[in-house]
Amino acid sequence: MPTGPDVQSHQGGTSTAPPPETRHQRVRDNVHIGKSVIIKGELNGSEDLTIEGHVDGKIELKDHVLTIGSNGKVKAQVFVKALIVIGEVNGNITASDRVEIRDGGSVDGDIVSPRVAIAEGAHFRGSVDMQRKAGQAAQAAPPPRSGVQPAPQAQTAAQVAQPVAR
Amino acid sequence: MALSDLFARLRKDQDADAGTADPLVHPTKALGRFLAALGTRQQRVLLDLGPGGSNITFFGGEIGCKIFVEDLSKDIDRHVNQAKVERLPTFLDRRFQQESETIDGILCWDIFDYLERGAAERLALQLTRVLRPNGVLLAFFSTADPRSAMRPTYTRHIVIDRAHLEYRPYAAARAKQRPLLNRDIQRLFEPLRITDNFLLKTNLREVLFRKAAAAAVTPSAAVAAEG
Repeated sequence: MPTGPDVQSHQGGTSTAPPPETRHQRVRDNVHIGKSVIIKGELNGSEDLTIEGHVDGKIELKDHVLTIGSNGKVKAQVFVKALIVIGEVNGNITASDRVEIRDGGSVDGDIVSPRVAIAEGAHFRGSVDMQRKAGQAAQAAPPPRSGVQPAPQAQTAAQVAQPVAR
Repeated sequence: MALSDLFARLRKDQDADAGTADPLVHPTKALGRFLAALGTRQQRVLLDLGPGGSNITFFGGEIGCKIFVEDLSKDIDRHVNQAKVERLPTFLDRRFQQESETIDGILCWDIFDYLERGAAERLALQLTRVLRPNGVLLAFFSTADPRSAMRPTYTRHIVIDRAHLEYRPYAAARAKQRPLLNRDIQRLFEPLRITDNFLLKTNLREVLFRKAAAAAVTPSAAVAAEG
């Protein structure tokens, strides 16, 4: 049985709780980028990701959920399974499952996804295409708005480029 | 048809006009015509001038259109708040990045009510430019005196179904301007042609415009043009 601090902090002692391994996995499977972090480059991964910092470049999480938190600012082309925006995104988005822009969230760019939900109080400027399959759309993605350029491909999966503490 | 049948039908129409129990939900007669006029072409493209994404699910999911969302109310508010309303016409000249004749349908809602003459003309010119031949444009115009409003509001028009809209008001920096007369509306959008014009009990005029199909070039016309 694992005994690290993550596991111990989630042990509730009730009989309905999932086994510790499962809970540990759940904690590890959601990566968090804090608000003091700035990333310039390409971000690939095989885990769900929450961004509270700044990302400038390209983000690919094709089988996972990306959440842009309330402090998060992303200027990038985004290719994900699902995207939840509470902060700001400037760039084109391709999501194979869904895009949600919540109250206070802001998106400037074109969205290609079969399901799109935009809450009242959210800002959106761009186009929404719910017709095409995301895979097709990714190949024929329109040029990015607002001068967002694809980043040079220098990283391997689950790596990030030059995190800079502010 | 018997006279009683006629009155029964009239009563039924009046009931439909009265809308549902929800006071924010109102009938629309032009939206169904707009959707029918869009046709069944693949990859239809809409331009929505209303606040961000109110009707994405309806038009994107159910109708299967690609939608450009260009919320003009925010632009108007910004110009009003910065005391730069006189620059609005010039701003509207450059506002739309879309290529000419690439949009199948335009949803203006009631945005023209908030523009003075000069800005309305520039906006109409741009919308006419981006609309495809045979494309349709839906616009609402208030017939009520704007001074009767206590405080300025925009209206978020949410499609409930093809025959009903929900009017959800939200704060505006600018009140509606003087209502446009019928002939002013017609001239504003020339060369678009008005195909449907409904005056509703809500003091709203729903107007559907269509751009003429591209004129076919006949051999004689081609010869005349060359000569």
